[in-house]
Amino acid sequence: MNSTVNADSPSMVLLGPQRRPGLDKVVAALGLDGPFATITAGWQERESADDELTQHLGGAAVNLRLWERRQDVLDRDPEFAAAWRHRRAVIDEMQELYLLGVGHTVAALDDIRAQGEASDRVRDLAIRDAEEVLRSLDRRHLERVREVHADFYAAVRPHERDLIAGHRAEVAQILGQAQAVVIAGGHVAELLDSQHLFNVVPAGLDRLPIIAWSAGAMALTERVVLFNDNASRGPRSPEIYDDGLGLLRETVVFPSAHQRLHMHDLPRMATMTRRFAPAWCVPLDPGTRVTVDAGGRLEAGTTVIGPAGSVATLGRGDDEGDRDG
Amino acid sequence: MDENAVDRFLERHDVPIVEGEKCTFLFRGAADEVWVRRRIVGQPQRVPMRRLGDTSLWYVILELPAGSRVEYQLEVRRGDHYEQGNDPLNPRVANSPVGSSSVCQATGYVVPDWIHPDPDARPGEIVDLAVQSRALRRENVCRVYLPARFRSTHSYPLLIVHDGDDYLGYASMKPVLDNLIHRLDVAETVVVFTSPGDRNREYANSAQHARFVAKELVPRLESEFPLLSRPSGRCLMGASFGAVASLTTAYRYPDVFGSLLLQSGSFVFTDIGNEHGGGEVFDPVVRFMNRYRAAPRKVADRLFVSCGIYEPLIVPNRSMIPVFEGAGMQVRYVEARDGHSWEDWRDRLRDGLSWIYPGPQKYVYE
Repeated sequence: MNSTVNADSPSMVLLGPQRRPGLDKVVAALGLDGPFATITAGWQERESADDELTQHLGGAAVNLRLWERRQDVLDRDPEFAAAWRHRRAVIDEMQELYLLGVGHTVAALDDIRAQGEASDRVRDLAIRDAEEVLRSLDRRHLERVREVHADFYAAVRPHERDLIAGHRAEVAQILGQAQAVVIAGGHVAELLDSQHLFNVVPAGLDRLPIIAWSAGAMALTERVVLFNDNASRGPRSPEIYDDGLGLLRETVVFPSAHQRLHMHDLPRMATMTRRFAPAWCVPLDPGTRVTVDAGGRLEAGTTVIGPAGSVATLGRGDDEGDRDG
Repeated sequence: MDENAVDRFLERHDVPIVEGEKCTFLFRGAADEVWVRRRIVGQPQRVPMRRLGDTSLWYVILELPAGSRVEYQLEVRRGDHYEQGNDPLNPRVANSPVGSSSVCQATGYVVPDWIHPDPDARPGEIVDLAVQSRALRRENVCRVYLPARFRSTHSYPLLIVHDGDDYLGYASMKPVLDNLIHRLDVAETVVVFTSPGDRNREYANSAQHARFVAKELVPRLESEFPLLSRPSGRCLMGASFGAVASLTTAYRYPDVFGSLLLQSGSFVFTDIGNEHGGGEVFDPVVRFMNRYRAAPRKVADRLFVSCGIYEPLIVPNRSMIPVFEGAGMQVRYVEARDGHSWEDWRDRLRDGLSWIYPGPQKYVYE
């Protein structure tokens, strides 16, 4: 194990999309030489197509195969699979209804902003009120999603199922021998679900250096926010999806932000930052590298979307004035 | 200009010649008169061409706004003999169950890149499913599209497509589904292509057809495939009379289907009397539409409606949008500068399918 990994090393490094991978350079800069545990569950069926990833890690990598393990559970434990599908259906339904509320509130916000005859002060008050409605919708939705998860885990009791317990033990063993963890992007819901099912955080993820990109970085946050202003069926408002793993604090990450968000629409971006405050909105564009300290917080100098909706730099300390950057 | 100059001119140009919104249609050959025949509502259906000097070249310049796609044929008179067919100078043709037509792609029209087989897109599989129908008193052989990576542990939404073999044959629906699912625009969906026996009878507000779809086909599919089995996971789709079949089936079974995808619906109605000019095959359609317009009701939660603005059905389709919305349905309405054709319906598939069953784009961050 390389001696440059010590208490002063960042607990996490977040990267932008790795279409032109720079992972090997990041690993070298951190002085990591493995063994690495890798998580590619977001690639779903292609989870095991990780040759290039392993090369970037100098060959010293073991894939946790979380997606494959979850499929194994779904195939071999019909009772669990039925409950799992039911939970998925309920959450999908809740997500759609929550989105209806969000969509109408955002449309109201647009209407309020377009009221040219209203005084700035009156209009700003109305905007803040509508934003508070948005925050309230987000809060309630997340609470209800948590309730659904709690009911599911109470009903299926995964720790009492031999098949799941066996997979969890294997995952914990691999993590116990790893020097660091690498989490790739992909389908964030699949990634998150697989990591929750096999208990990766208590199994060691919270004690190891992590390099993660795109959906992998999203999964590490406290709240996973879905977004795509450039969807083929038109822009939809960012939406809270679920609790993340909670290792990256007070942060919402936006992979490929300049591609997937209307970054030029400053009022829209400003509303987004106020909606998710006190968390910082961090764009993770290609080439981005963000370091996170041992407390799970962003380091000074991190590029964020500021309160005015434009790109800004996070200052030192927790000075609120930095939000005006 | 002599014939050699005509040869050289034709070698240098694709026909019709598109210059901005001016499209020059050409014909070369012996003729006494030549016309361009096209179906654009509100425009002459038969436009005469002029002969260029003493040459064998005939031409007419037509204005077609940007984004237009128009199907046409040429009619030639030689003495008392009239002949109609595709434009021999234009290799672009569109096919349909009633034959082919030449195609003029005006400036700005682009063939969607998602209609061609993409080697990166894993193909779904099509399997035949024979359904013996007591309602229709015949066997209906459906084609069932199972998306790539189909898994029995997953639950899929269901799309039932009227005129299924035509959608597969003339609207490239198999590669379209493969591509749109691969690109995450459309959710992984089980798609069932059903085709009519006597189309004019089965699709024109037939109780037997509706019973077949709702009471025989859907239960059979839900017993054999892992489907979501709730209204929001069931959609009916069709074009022209197929759209009527979709609407009238949902009308008879309003709690079964959550969505309808209706393309160029033959929603002909009358405001006074019953004379509609569409011939007797439209009689049951007009009776249904008049009754529906008198007492509209919700037949599904969401409707995707599309129509070509060059087809006569644009008027009834536009007229139905406020009626559908007033009945409490969420409607997405899309118009295109196109006609009553399979390629128009093909080109609207991404808009429609991605709205009905959006893909997991919002979940994927590579």
